[in-house]
Amino acid sequence: MNYNVNEKGYYGDFGGAYIPEMLYPNVEELRQNYLKVMGEESFQKEFRQLLKEYVGRPTPLYFAKRLSEKYNTKIYLKREDLCHTGAHKVNNTIGQILMAKRLGKTRIIAETGAGQHGVATATVCALMGLECIIFMGEVDIKRQAPNVARMKMLGAKVVPATSGSKTLKDATNEAIRDWINNPVDTHYIIGSVVGPHPYPDMVARFQSVISEEIKTQLCEKEDRENPDFVAACVGGGSNAAGAFYHYLDNLDVGLIAVEAAGKGIDSGESAATSALGKVGIIHGSKTLLMQTADGQITEPYSISAGLDYPGVGPMHANLFTSGRGEFISITDDKAMKAGLELCKLEGIIPAIESSHALAIFEMRKFKKNDVVVVNLSGRGDKDLDTFIKYFNL
Amino acid sequence: MNRIQNKLSEKKQHAGKAGKLLSIYFTAGYPKLDDTVEILQQLEKNGVDMVEIGLPFSDPLADGPTIQESSQLALKNGMTTEILFQQLKDVRKTVSIPLIIMGYFNPILQYGIEGFCKKCAEVGIDGLILPDLPLSEYKEHYHEIFKKYNLINVFLVTPQTSDDRIRQIDTASDGFIYLVSSSSVTGNSDGFDENQENYFSRVASMQLKNPLIVGFGIKDATTFKQATSKTKGAIIGSAFIKTLARDGKSGISNFIASIREV
Ligand SMILES: Cc1ncc(COP(=O)(O)O)c(C=O)c1O
Repeated sequence: MNYNVNEKGYYGDFGGAYIPEMLYPNVEELRQNYLKVMGEESFQKEFRQLLKEYVGRPTPLYFAKRLSEKYNTKIYLKREDLCHTGAHKVNNTIGQILMAKRLGKTRIIAETGAGQHGVATATVCALMGLECIIFMGEVDIKRQAPNVARMKMLGAKVVPATSGSKTLKDATNEAIRDWINNPVDTHYIIGSVVGPHPYPDMVARFQSVISEEIKTQLCEKEDRENPDFVAACVGGGSNAAGAFYHYLDNLDVGLIAVEAAGKGIDSGESAATSALGKVGIIHGSKTLLMQTADGQITEPYSISAGLDYPGVGPMHANLFTSGRGEFISITDDKAMKAGLELCKLEGIIPAIESSHALAIFEMRKFKKNDVVVVNLSGRGDKDLDTFIKYFNL
Repeated sequence: MNRIQNKLSEKKQHAGKAGKLLSIYFTAGYPKLDDTVEILQQLEKNGVDMVEIGLPFSDPLADGPTIQESSQLALKNGMTTEILFQQLKDVRKTVSIPLIIMGYFNPILQYGIEGFCKKCAEVGIDGLILPDLPLSEYKEHYHEIFKKYNLINVFLVTPQTSDDRIRQIDTASDGFIYLVSSSSVTGNSDGFDENQENYFSRVASMQLKNPLIVGFGIKDATTFKQATSKTKGAIIGSAFIKTLARDGKSGISNFIASIREV
């Protein structure tokens, strides 16, 4: 079985482009051009150069010695937290801003929840001198003031999404509506492997640099390309897609997708889509999503703003239903403890999103000789407030 | 024949104003949960030719603030797909104009496509407008089911739709084509200028087999007249919802009369 996208834009039964006709010309333009553009030598050259000199890639693959000792297995951390702007999100925004320029677009829009993708988008817009409008839920604007300030400093306009529940899914709706209203000059930089085809595939390709590097780096350290496991947190699924990408069809590598259980799967306050979701359509994609029996999309909850999306990308929906991926959900409590543990054992302050992936070692056993790569998707600076409140620091 | 097709061919017999079809959109369950049938009856009584019943959705991507709010309120009032079908159970005893359900695909997917279509046929629904069900998916997976229950699927065309694609949509349609007036979500009330008029003329001159009915941004007699000068009819949504919000059901007859005058 092939776990990547097929020529119709589906991963198994998931994906496609369930979009209103108003979006068809834009999405179709992208679909017809994205592979061609990405294949151009000049594009690759510019993309690679920016990843190297601006983002700071390759990010290290770091052997976490004390963490490994504690859990009696071999743990490597892929240090996406060391990327410029503090998370993997920028790999995608660099790729998409170059795509937007090649397509002749002059106005950039994006959605953001915690503000990480908004900051990464505002950053590349500043870099390229393009107009940037970020949609952010009114509730999130209040919760994430420092990132709102960052976006403004970088020259972006932050527009509050006041519809629905006023969080990430509504910010995404507003971005899509803006694209409907501005069909000619605007490119929408989606922040994860979600949305209509070709977005999930395009974003996964831009993020795939993560597993490309893991392969080379693991060769140097362990004399093998393939770890036994790769683990990553899943909000929409972009850092996981990047970390899994070059291992998707290699069944010797276990793929562990870590979702946010919030206050517990059965608590009514959770974001564990694989456990709680059903097949449906969200933001133009057929995938798993949390919804009522009547098909109304529900509001997820997680202590980490980057993981509280009511769906997952279609690649992950397929990894889940096919059994190719192992899905684990981690409560707020376990994630916070795992985050603090990494601080104490390795001197690295992780994002709360990434802390979810670190918590798997409390949840399941690995063999002593297993090589487990955890994608450390971001750093914890943005989460200090939450850490302070949670641990009474 | 289906009621939509009947109505369209009946309109063809008339020249001028009488030949123009007026369709109204409203959100089921708004302003009150149980208003649906009474609103339908009043619309028919006041001379509306066709109605789109909005099945409310939590995340209406193609809609502006007015319909977003009416949808949210309808959901808060407790509207569900099942309740809508219950409300419509006997609607054909009192309402005879064509009825279309307009909604997003996810609630229908959850209800079950075939079950949904069957129910539509039972209560007397004539067609569906599902903005996020794309042409390709429809043709591949759903056309046969819709046909089995005599439901007409209506596709949208926008100012950005290529001629090629308009022809594909025309081929796949057997009722009318929903001509979206401008590149915008619903409820844009800027009025129409020559851009719109050129676009209406351009599509009208394509000699399509399906009549064109314009929607989005029609709010009064002037915009109705502009929208229908080259086409078969027009659909009013947000402006009608605003009337309901302001005047309740008692505002219906004045509103409809105001559109038809001039
Ligand atoms: C550090 C970090 N990790 C993970 C995520 C979740 O996104 P995704 O699942 O697309 O990687 C976010 C989203 O904001 C993030 O900021």
